[in-house]
Amino acid sequence: MKTGDRGPETGNMEMSLDALIHPAAAQPMAPRQFLVQNVRRETPDTFTLTLARPNPEEGLIFAPGQFNMLYAFGVGEAPISISGDPDRPHLLVHTIREVGNVTRALCHQKPGRAIGVRGPFGAFWPVAEAQGNDVLVVAGGLGLAPLRPAIYYLLSRRAAYGSVEIIYGARTPQDLLYRRELERWRGRFDLRVHVTVDAAPSDWKTNVGVVTALLPRARLDPFHTVAFLCGPGVMMRFTVRELLNLGLKEDRIFVSLERHMKCGLGMCGHCQLGPVFVCKDGPVFRYDRVKDWLDRREV
Amino acid sequence: MEDLEALLAAHPFFQGLAPRFLRLIAPCAARVTFNAGQFLCHENEEAKQFFVIHHGRVAVEIYRHRGGPVTIQTLGDGDVLGWLGFLKPYHWHLDARAMELTRAVGLDVLCLLEKCQQDHELGYELLKRYAHYLAVQFRVTKLQIMDMYGK
Ligand SMILES: Cc1cc2nc3c(=O)[nH]c(=O)nc-3n(C[C@H](O)[C@H](O)[C@H](O)COP(=O)(O)OP(=O)(O)OC[C@H]3O[C@@H](n4cnc5c(N)ncnc54)[C@H](O)[C@@H]3O)c2cc1C
Ligand code: FES
Repeated sequence: MKTGDRGPETGNMEMSLDALIHPAAAQPMAPRQFLVQNVRRETPDTFTLTLARPNPEEGLIFAPGQFNMLYAFGVGEAPISISGDPDRPHLLVHTIREVGNVTRALCHQKPGRAIGVRGPFGAFWPVAEAQGNDVLVVAGGLGLAPLRPAIYYLLSRRAAYGSVEIIYGARTPQDLLYRRELERWRGRFDLRVHVTVDAAPSDWKTNVGVVTALLPRARLDPFHTVAFLCGPGVMMRFTVRELLNLGLKEDRIFVSLERHMKCGLGMCGHCQLGPVFVCKDGPVFRYDRVKDWLDRREV
Repeated sequence: MEDLEALLAAHPFFQGLAPRFLRLIAPCAARVTFNAGQFLCHENEEAKQFFVIHHGRVAVEIYRHRGGPVTIQTLGDGDVLGWLGFLKPYHWHLDARAMELTRAVGLDVLCLLEKCQQDHELGYELLKRYAHYLAVQFRVTKLQIMDMYGK
């Protein structure tokens, strides 16, 4: 993509078949068994699970922003974004917040136990297409999880991008994901990382305030910046508004959306948002493609 | 005085303010520096200055008698502190502590109000900026209290 051009498209399976093996293609409804290798507590209610195939040679090639349907046997299935490194496909990493039956069962797995995995599914962050541009990553709360693979991708090909900036907001310091990694990223000279929380004790050393308040601080060249956003709907709505105020065009903004899902394959209609299916056409969308449907209360 | 005018002109709050207005308010201004840990103001103290922050980071805190201080906002380059000082009674309702070396221009509130009284055009220009700042503060505060990242 030439700088100053229209924004890139989201990565799409049909477009990039040669780059990806799509294990779901053969038997898309049949989960494959993965073993839990490690469970790490990120926050009081959020855990990162590292999974591997019983045969360590087999991995799961995915693109940043894609998700899997994770099956807690005997309980049910839930769509969960992949939060690991796309260059290390032998380890499948997911960060999960306990909100109901399935996520609770997934979070309380022990090493050695089996989990069913269908996927990877969905369109992804256009990280390859964004080369030559500055990249702004804005995450809120759990939204850092689907963005982390994109950050890994950008950092391992750092020379291919202009400035890379991450803005991450959470409710309190205890709610921040990947704290050690954030510290490491902040120490890099080729990356700007702003972390902010809504309230903090007085020994907190960095920002307090909402993510949108930090956007004017980003070194943003609107004609050469591509923005990736993921977080709760309200946060994304206000972030988009602020980015548009700062001069970014709608086709340079990408958002990751969530809807209830069942099949993950574009067959059941559970995840429909206006004319699109979030599981198949998303979850990553270019903002101008979904903007008319985002704020509608009745869909 | 001229360097103070230039400093103010470079700050987002005063962006676009005509040079004649900057000349008018410069006598109310003084450079101030706060080391990490030093307080810019304390709750209930008389609010004598309006701070135009050029460099650094400031924690705006509320002290809870049982829980100690809690930071509710941080300010940095390009922010201002003390806009409520323009409303009577001129008292701080928060603590503000420099988190790192912070450089600002302190504007004497009474002096500034007097200038606005003398020149209503200046008053209107400052009022527009004040209203804009207030609107932004309202917006971010609403988002902050709604627990935007909740489940
Ligand atoms: C593409 C995609 C990627 C996702 N990635 C992650 C991830 O990386 N980590 C993670 O923890 N969660 C993620 N989720 C959300 C996760 O799928 C839901 O939290 C999960 O399905 C809830 O299932 P449950 O049985 O535990 O809870 P349920 O009992 O089904 O629901 C508990 C509560 O959560 C609400 N809820 C359920 N599903 C959703 C949803 N999709 N969006 C909003 N609210 C919902 C319900 O209305 C209910 O209030 C993702 C969802 C999608 C669509
Ligand atoms: S989940 Fe079935 S169509 Fe999207």
